[in-house]
Amino acid sequence: MFETSLDISFLAVSEPILDKVGQAIASATWANLGYLISATFFIFGIKGMTHPRTAVRGNMLGAIGMILAVLVTLWQFHGSTTAFLVVLLGVAMGTIVGVILAAKVQMTQMPQLVALLNGFGGIASLLVAGAEVVKKAAGIPYPAATGFAAALAGIIGAVTFSGSIVAAGKLHELPAFKDPIRFDGQQIANALLVGICLILAFVMMAGYGWPFWLLILLAGVLGVLLVSPIGGADMPVVIALLNSYSGLAACAAGFVINNNVLIIAGALVGASGLILTGIMCRAMNRSLAHVLFGTLEAKPGSVTADEIYSGKIKETSAEEIAMLLDSVQRVVFVPGYGLAVAQAQHIVRELAELLEARGAEVCYGIHPVAGRMPGHMNVLLAEAEVPYDQLKEMDEINPLFPQTDVVIVIGANDVVNPVALTDPNCPIYGMPILTVHEAKTVIVIKRSLSPGFAGIPNPLFAADNCLMYFGDGKKALNDLIAAVRES
Amino acid sequence: MLITALTIFVLAMFVGFEIITKVPPTLHTPLMSGSNAISGITLVGAILATDGPIAGTLGFIAVVFATINVIGGFLVTHRMLGMFRKKK
Repeated sequence: MFETSLDISFLAVSEPILDKVGQAIASATWANLGYLISATFFIFGIKGMTHPRTAVRGNMLGAIGMILAVLVTLWQFHGSTTAFLVVLLGVAMGTIVGVILAAKVQMTQMPQLVALLNGFGGIASLLVAGAEVVKKAAGIPYPAATGFAAALAGIIGAVTFSGSIVAAGKLHELPAFKDPIRFDGQQIANALLVGICLILAFVMMAGYGWPFWLLILLAGVLGVLLVSPIGGADMPVVIALLNSYSGLAACAAGFVINNNVLIIAGALVGASGLILTGIMCRAMNRSLAHVLFGTLEAKPGSVTADEIYSGKIKETSAEEIAMLLDSVQRVVFVPGYGLAVAQAQHIVRELAELLEARGAEVCYGIHPVAGRMPGHMNVLLAEAEVPYDQLKEMDEINPLFPQTDVVIVIGANDVVNPVALTDPNCPIYGMPILTVHEAKTVIVIKRSLSPGFAGIPNPLFAADNCLMYFGDGKKALNDLIAAVRES
Repeated sequence: MLITALTIFVLAMFVGFEIITKVPPTLHTPLMSGSNAISGITLVGAILATDGPIAGTLGFIAVVFATINVIGGFLVTHRMLGMFRKKK
């Protein structure tokens, strides 16, 4: 009797508490289940990117995964009503800016947009870690691992943010970012900054919060010093690397707040960026360290431009090329970034369609570093309505060159320079190239004989099977189209 | 807890490497902008962080940046992919 009454009083007191705890556990379980589903969507989404046919659906799956993750989070949100409204306001503001950016950007500006978005992701992850540092500083001391993860999110996030802003500024050719920051001992300064950041990270492991703010400041400076000296030709590597960092920053933030969907999505993006960085480095035959810390300097080569070119350059005209194109079976266009600068993609496509109508097989040979970011040239040509099945990557097109009648090189130089295969002393030796010199005839459309980024002369221009068609890309192509129509 | 999280991280990296090596160079730019949008998942952390005066302010700024990242990334990828057409 006595015992029973005790039992009842026990239940009466603790039932609501038990209920609340039970509900919280149940709600966290449901939330984690939701996050698991959205992580699955992300994986299927990226898997969709393996083919142009499924890519649109893949991107949508990714977006659905994101919407699900956000809805789950809003449902699980246990802050005040004001805080909830603040979140909604932030989402609304971000949505407006995001929609405007995505709708207004031109395809040539894609590298700077991706850089900017990388940077935004980086600073968001940094702030998530920062908010956690503020919260925990007020009360519970955090475990060492959480402190270290917060430090990593801060370091990677800050480097990603400041580095991406500099990269975007450089790509957008803003005057403020034009002059690279270079000084003696820059590598030592960078190493020092990394060292201090890591020491501060270890201090944070001991449960202190203050090092975080110093650390993000130093890492921010580091991002600027790292990216500023890197030249235009190396930008594809930098953007791919920053892409990876933005993922890893999200991942580190995931470790701070113990959230699996952040860890999974961040790791996927981190892996993606690392793979692309590797591909870009291989396409330039340079190590990542060399891209980041070295400079590509043109050695005064053993042979001068005059020796290579004098008396061997054969100039041609639109009419002559039109005759040459009259009875061709296979034509390969090799576009370089110069083509995009001249905004001549549509004219190339027009010429290609004209040749196809006459029975020629047309395709495009695309070097991995043809644009300003991985795959950039493909997007620029897709925008000009070139069908994607005509866009051939290097490994696919190189074996076809010996059976190609005419190759038309527009705005490309170093990526078709045969010395990369033959001269161990040249700065681009070992870089994989498009072997256009193996075709029957090569036509190079170029303003002058000026060298490309590598600053070296190109013996292709003096080769027996090469014809130079000097002129401004757009005008030269228009003249060519007119001549082909007449013939 | 930490070991579980690290396990998930390592396995997710492997999944990422496996899938992404299969993406053709033609789609590398959309892959970057699309995966970039996915890295905006930090928006989840940003939303959860938004509470209290200081943390709430940091969280709010994070929400704005992460949302730009997510919305801008997915929309621009969609726009780009719409341009990829097979030969008629």
